[in-house]
Amino acid sequence: MKVLKIDLSKYRYEVEDRKDLFEEWIGGTGVAVQLLKEEMDLRVDPLSEKNVIVFAIGPFTPAYPLASKTVAMFKSPLTGNLGESHAGGRTATAIANAGYGAIVIKGKSKKPIYIVVHNDKVYFRDARVIWNIADSLIVGRIIAERESGRGIRTVMRIGGAGNKLVRYACVTTETYRHFGRLGLGAVFGSKNLKGLVVIGRGSRRIPDRHKYKEVYEKILKLALESDAMKKYHLLGTAVNVNPLNQLKALPTKNLKDTRFEKAEEISGEALAEHNLGRRVACSHCPIACIHIAALRIPYETEPYFYKTIMISYDYEPIYALGSMLGIGSREGLLKLIHKVEVYGLDAMSTGVCLAWATEALERGLITEKETLVKLSFGDVDAYLKAIDYIVKQPNEFYRVLAQGVEKASEVYGGKEFALAFGKNEMPGYHVGYATHIGYLIGLRHSHLDNAGYSLDQKLKEIPKPQEIVDRLVKEEEWRQVLSSLVVCFFARGVYKPEIVAEAFEALGYETSPEELKMKGEKIYREKLRLKIKMGFDPDSLRLPRRIFETECFHGKLKEEYIKEALRYWKERYVLPLV
Amino acid sequence: MIIIIDMPKRLVIKDIEKCVGCGLCMFACSRRHGEIGNDYSGILPVSLSGFERGATVIFCRACKEPPCAQVCPTNALTPRKGGGVVYREDLCIGCKNCMEACTIGAIFERRNGKPALCIHCGYCANYCPHGVLGFEEVEA
Ligand code: SF4
Ligand code: SF4
Ligand code: SF4
Ligand code: SF4
Repeated sequence: MKVLKIDLSKYRYEVEDRKDLFEEWIGGTGVAVQLLKEEMDLRVDPLSEKNVIVFAIGPFTPAYPLASKTVAMFKSPLTGNLGESHAGGRTATAIANAGYGAIVIKGKSKKPIYIVVHNDKVYFRDARVIWNIADSLIVGRIIAERESGRGIRTVMRIGGAGNKLVRYACVTTETYRHFGRLGLGAVFGSKNLKGLVVIGRGSRRIPDRHKYKEVYEKILKLALESDAMKKYHLLGTAVNVNPLNQLKALPTKNLKDTRFEKAEEISGEALAEHNLGRRVACSHCPIACIHIAALRIPYETEPYFYKTIMISYDYEPIYALGSMLGIGSREGLLKLIHKVEVYGLDAMSTGVCLAWATEALERGLITEKETLVKLSFGDVDAYLKAIDYIVKQPNEFYRVLAQGVEKASEVYGGKEFALAFGKNEMPGYHVGYATHIGYLIGLRHSHLDNAGYSLDQKLKEIPKPQEIVDRLVKEEEWRQVLSSLVVCFFARGVYKPEIVAEAFEALGYETSPEELKMKGEKIYREKLRLKIKMGFDPDSLRLPRRIFETECFHGKLKEEYIKEALRYWKERYVLPLV
Repeated sequence: MIIIIDMPKRLVIKDIEKCVGCGLCMFACSRRHGEIGNDYSGILPVSLSGFERGATVIFCRACKEPPCAQVCPTNALTPRKGGGVVYREDLCIGCKNCMEACTIGAIFERRNGKPALCIHCGYCANYCPHGVLGFEEVEA
């Protein structure tokens, strides 16, 4: 497997054969950790030119369906620690077909540019003309029309949020997929990098055609026919809104509540019935879980004129820009999602920041002098304006809010209801203990690290905190294998250890479920070690008081239980690595 | 007396509006050749100027009078019974005339400069999960 290294300061690139890395660390997350260790001075300022971005894919792309993710790793400007973000679209297959296992981006361009990787060539394109275009959809269209490679490329780019270094700006690809969370978009912006296009046409020979086709069929069949992916087949991730609301687990109005009276209105069912206009798929995915709503909006001044915009929705933006902000109208919700999409902001972070600001205003910690607009739960127009302000940053308050809710609450107070874990804004689940322990100890502070929200729903009774920690870590270790293979997590029910081993074998690599699990443990430890080296301190993890005040599926949570879990995690998993 | 004529088949579109752009067809086409990837694929899934406008696939529409074969200097491409062309790679000199001649751009350039195009074998139709593609008999 080859690694392409691009130096923006020198406008140079080189290609290295790093079979060694991929053999030992699989690909994706496993390889990205190693490349970051090799390439980056871990103490650098995340927005300085010394930050390094790694994009990595794995050995199953494009051999098997659903190995459709690319892992990005960098130092996060939001947390100051390890940043890791996964996106689908056509990123993974384009990188694979161009002939690479990973792409490393270093340095900083003097002037705005975008990069085009076309198989074995790299081009540095002038982006001065498009640099200030804030609409990431338009940026994508312009680059797509200018460049070749239709159908076999990915067009990653930033919108206004990345330009303005909002610490939770994302990199958007194929209109609707995102390297979200943790601020990769701001890192792009800080490097004067507007976009990265990868065009890939290429193939590799199959060692054992017969065996390969057999395993391929098996995986495809599992994906299409088993229950493993049914959930994503029908309503998409939005299917979660109603059940979570019923469980008292849907964070509502800055988590003052966990039941939203208008949940039904913004549920997956309602969106599918009234708004769903089309579905699209990531490359090599038979499911097509990307649900796109069609929203017909009349012109403000002219009668019988309409514009129709297509807006992709998922559970997370519905929670963050819907229930969390008390928005119960589908039209309002879709407008907010669209706004966030246009700027290239992370939806979850944006929603949580605005929810905190609304409550801070209610409580008088800040005034309208700061917020410029009267934020109140349920007021779509006010939030639409506030999102503009987060990007444009017309005053000190919005400059601070653009640095995340942790920072904002440090400056203005209200930490008890500033919902961030490890400085990363909260995802959309308030189910129980495993959910929150999961956010805290997850190495990305993401709900997807270890799926605590799902463990909580399975628990018949509350076990000892130690048991929860062990189970979460075990899940997270296996997920390191999946994210090293860059298999979509929604396909985790398909890619069980036995199938993964079989799939490896068909490609000519000997391995076993046991060996794979061991690799998962190893990658987990490597990632944690890297995090520690970057300054991560488990003792500094803050527990927002709000999570103990608002009832969830497990009732009211006790702080001592979570503290005990954290003590145990530190002793059992962190300290041995220090 | 009944005469049974062996009708040739071709890859057809059943409903293009259903395409989600997943590319399973593209990967199937290269797999058929024993390759992992897209180099040999004769079908291309594209978005319509961004996925907000949907997706479609581009492949050979089996011309009865194929311009691509007409401009091929070496007879690497010759008209096929039932429309489209038969491709003989050993004769191809990689001049790319055919790619220019195909009005819909259904001939793609491989890494070695030679064409990849649909020969209407029907393999990919088995892998389209959304009922976009079919494999049907046509009159020769
Ligand atoms: S490749 Fe193009 S020109 Fe040739 S037969 Fe097919 S559609 Fe016609
Ligand atoms: S590229 Fe090959 S097949 Fe196409 S016209 Fe030239 S010789 Fe013929
Ligand atoms: S019909 Fe055969 S040759 Fe044509 S695109 Fe499908 S798999 Fe490829
Ligand atoms: S497999 Fe079907 S849905 Fe997918 S890109 Fe091809 S034609 Fe479109």
